[in-house]
Amino acid sequence: MKLVGRAWVFGDGIDTDVLAPGRYMSLSPRELADHCLEAVRADFASNVETGDVILAGENFGIGSSREQAVESLKILGISAVVAKSFGGIFQRNAFNLGLMCLSCPTLDLSNLREFDLVELHMKAGVLHAGKHSWDCEKLPEFLRNMINDGGLIAHLNKQSNAKEDK
Amino acid sequence: MFSIVEKILSRASGQTNFAVDEYLSCKVDLAMVHDSSGPRRLAPKLAEMKRKLFDKDRLAIITDHFVPAHDEASQKIKRVTEEFVHRENIRHFYPEEGICHVVLPQKGLLSPGMFFVGGDSHSTTAGAFGCYAFGIGATDMAGVAATGEIWIKVPQTRLVTLTGALGYQVFAKDIILNLCGRFGMNMAEYQALEFAGEGIATLSMQERMTLSNMSAELGAQAGIIAPDAITSEWLDAHAPERTLVDGMPDTYWQSDMGSHCGPSYNVDLDTLSPYAAAPHSPANAAPLTDHDSPEFTIAYIGACTGAKLVDLRAAAKILKGKQIASSIRLLIAPASLADQQAARDEGLMQIFEEAGARFLPTTCGMCAGYGVDRLGAEDICISSTARNFKGRMGDAGSQVWLASPASVAAAALTGKLTDPRHLVSDI
Ligand code: SF4
Repeated sequence: MKLVGRAWVFGDGIDTDVLAPGRYMSLSPRELADHCLEAVRADFASNVETGDVILAGENFGIGSSREQAVESLKILGISAVVAKSFGGIFQRNAFNLGLMCLSCPTLDLSNLREFDLVELHMKAGVLHAGKHSWDCEKLPEFLRNMINDGGLIAHLNKQSNAKEDK
Repeated sequence: MFSIVEKILSRASGQTNFAVDEYLSCKVDLAMVHDSSGPRRLAPKLAEMKRKLFDKDRLAIITDHFVPAHDEASQKIKRVTEEFVHRENIRHFYPEEGICHVVLPQKGLLSPGMFFVGGDSHSTTAGAFGCYAFGIGATDMAGVAATGEIWIKVPQTRLVTLTGALGYQVFAKDIILNLCGRFGMNMAEYQALEFAGEGIATLSMQERMTLSNMSAELGAQAGIIAPDAITSEWLDAHAPERTLVDGMPDTYWQSDMGSHCGPSYNVDLDTLSPYAAAPHSPANAAPLTDHDSPEFTIAYIGACTGAKLVDLRAAAKILKGKQIASSIRLLIAPASLADQQAARDEGLMQIFEEAGARFLPTTCGMCAGYGVDRLGAEDICISSTARNFKGRMGDAGSQVWLASPASVAAAALTGKLTDPRHLVSDI
């Protein structure tokens, strides 16, 4: 599976409070998403488009275990996040909620510009941007299937329905 | 060359060839939920997925958060839990006996080598028994309930070496606060920690549980301790009928030499002193005597990490024959009915009562602000619990300091941070 989208580029240490700010946590998921990443990019929620990809540095999603950090990105239509490294619990939540997150330790953000078109090859685990390409982690098939189905619950749902149809 | 973690993951996944950062699907030996993370969240998700519980005998349900039920919401949670237990015919159901992480091993459900998940962030506690144990969220738990499996990214097994032996009035809580203060709450970067070294052999099982429990505060997925003679003794007493995991002797579940990777850490127990963490993070930990002390209004001895029998013993030693300061209230919530009963038999409850303590039920109680007792805006609390995040124990204006149960008891006597080593003379 291949995925093409515009790139948003962020640095290191984007934490769960930047993704889902604590002071807006009582709002609805949609309203909370409108504040996603505003602390570092005020126009993010208003200018993001469905299919956009986030590229970032170390420890993306570090912080609390709140699933809203993932949910907000999904609501805004982000199709994948590629970062040098992730907060472990964030990446867990992301896969389970159906958001592709691949770590790419060699990613060189200085070679990337905002809104460059990037291509992500899931199976091979490769990210292309212009003339550059980087090796990302390769996910096993069972995880890729789960993420493509929209996360753990949707995946199990689909399996149950498939059984019923037989 | 495998670490204890890799041995457990290998068995659970049926794979022998894997590296750090690879993804595996693992079979869960035992899952645990409490009343907050349990049936009220699981039942609707199972229904949505048209799935049944994977194995009713491999899900333990222990109620501790919303008990005793004191309002309509908590009564409803209790009802939903009981209905589920009845409908699914759950065998391992322990209602209102104590805090899940403490009750679970007391019921003999753990055995070294197990792959265990719990619907609570301190599910790492079971690591003290040589299990790979970690906390998961509602979505993950629904997946486990439906399939009995869970995916995992193979962690590094990072070594935490404890050298020497704890000195007088210094405890496991001080070890973990020392690490929190030195390395912060992202020390482990969601990798696995293994506590080892000569110092481990000097710690009782309940002290080890404190280390594994608060591995969560160090950002670890799990905090494991390989089984030894002390583990065997405990298991013989509490789990006489357990079956050995994979039929292997407990001694199999050890790390091979040179199997650790990533950063390693060391705590010298010989020179360690009592620690305290200032509001609002465990990472604000420093030697107790390095802090400027506030005037405390409440001293709380409670929680899975701070009110087990060994914790109650340590506190009672400080409080014996003394009176708490008039400026402070001392609240004690033993971690389980079994610990409370043992404390009563040893005369500890009487010591607490005579010192002026008030008792709360054997539940999570004030630790996370559940229940009727909560901190008010003006309260400054010293607590044996695991976390002192802003507002966790009640009003957002309240302040919480963390320390060992002995140090909390010492503060109860004076109203201020007090080195427990200066209070007891019967060395
Ligand atoms: S006592 Fe506190 S830390 Fe332990 S399970 Fe209960 S709420 Fe969590």
